Amino acid sequence: MIRFGVIVFPGTNCDADTFHAIDAVMKQPVEYIWHQEASLDRFDCLILPGGFSYGDHLRAGAIARFSPVMQAVERFAEAGGLVLGICNGFQILTEAGLLPGALLRNDALQFRCKWVDLRVENAATPFTSLCHSGQVLRMPIAHGDGRYFADPDTLRRIEENGQVLLRYCAPDGRLTEESNPNGSLNAIAGICNDRRNVFGLMPHPERCVEPALGGADGLYVLKSILDNFADPAKVPVRHHAGGAPAGRDESSLPEGGDGAILPPRSSNGALGSGGSGR
Amino acid sequence: MWLAKIYITLKPVVNDPQGLAIRGGLHTLGFQGVQSVRAGKYIEIRLEAEDRRAAGTAVQQMCTKLLANPVIEDFRFELES
Repeated sequence: MIRFGVIVFPGTNCDADTFHAIDAVMKQPVEYIWHQEASLDRFDCLILPGGFSYGDHLRAGAIARFSPVMQAVERFAEAGGLVLGICNGFQILTEAGLLPGALLRNDALQFRCKWVDLRVENAATPFTSLCHSGQVLRMPIAHGDGRYFADPDTLRRIEENGQVLLRYCAPDGRLTEESNPNGSLNAIAGICNDRRNVFGLMPHPERCVEPALGGADGLYVLKSILDNFADPAKVPVRHHAGGAPAGRDESSLPEGGDGAILPPRSSNGALGSGGSGR
Repeated sequence: MWLAKIYITLKPVVNDPQGLAIRGGLHTLGFQGVQSVRAGKYIEIRLEAEDRRAAGTAVQQMCTKLLANPVIEDFRFELES
C-alpha cells in the first residue's frame, strides 16, 4: 500500500475531495496532516490540496509556505519523496521554491471554473507514467490565480528539460488561444521539478475520479503514482530513517500497471452541461 | 518607532491585466491621455528598531522573504521615524 498524506492549511477546502479520491476510489491508506505537524516520515506521497490557504492574502500560497509543515515537506522532497500540489497546492510549491515560476491573476481577471482539455507533454514521470505523450485529458479547473509565469531563462530551461507535463489545449490536442483559460505562458497547466518528484498543476485531478463526477481522467495522474511504486525500478530513492518505502508489495496494487485499470476516456459530449460550466 | 512605507510592483516584464482593466476604465471615463497603468501593493509597517539602519535591514528582509515574490515583483520602501 502507498501511504498518502493530505496536508491541511487554514483555508484549504479540497482536502476531503482528495482524501476521498485516495481512500474510497484508489483504496490506499491516507491521513490528513495539519499544517503544524513537522514529521512526515511515515508517508510515501504528500498532496497539497486546493483551497484558499490563509485567505490567499498577500499572494496565493505566500503565507502557507511558512507553516511548520512546509519545512518538513521541503525535507521530504529533498529526500526524493513524491509531492503533488493541486491548484492552491501548486501555488504554495512555487512560493516555497520547490517548483520554478509563479502563478498570477488570470489574464481575464475572472475566476475560471470549467472543464478544460490538457495535453500530456511528458509521460516519463512518476505523475504521468500511465499516460502517453500527446494524450488529451479532461479535468476541471477552479481558480482566480492560475496564470503561469516564469522568466525567459527559466521557461526555456523547464521546456528543454521536459518539466512541462500538462498544457491547456483544444479537445483535439491543438494549442489555441481560446483553450488557454488564464493566459499561462506556453499554455502551461502543470510542471515538475528537475528531479521529477515534485509536481504542481492548476487543474483538479481529485475532482474527476469517478464517472459520477463527470469524468475520471484524474486517475491517470493519481494512479500513475501507484504505478510508480509498483515497479521497484521506478521507486524514488528515499533517504529517511524509515527504511525502504512501502509499496513494493505488488499484491496490494490494482491489477496491472497499464491503462486497463482506468475507465475509458470520456467523450466531451458525455460531460453534458459540465463541459461548458463557468 | 519606525514607519516603513513599502511599494511592491510587478516587474516590467510581467503582464498586468489589472492595470489594463483600470486603463480601460479611465479611458471610458474620458481620460483619453492615459497611456498605461500598472497596479501594485502598498504596505505600511510600524516597527521597533535601534536605528534607521537596523530598521532598513529588517524591512529589506521582510520584503525579500515574504512581502514580495522576487520571481514576479520588485519592491522599494521609505522609512520615517
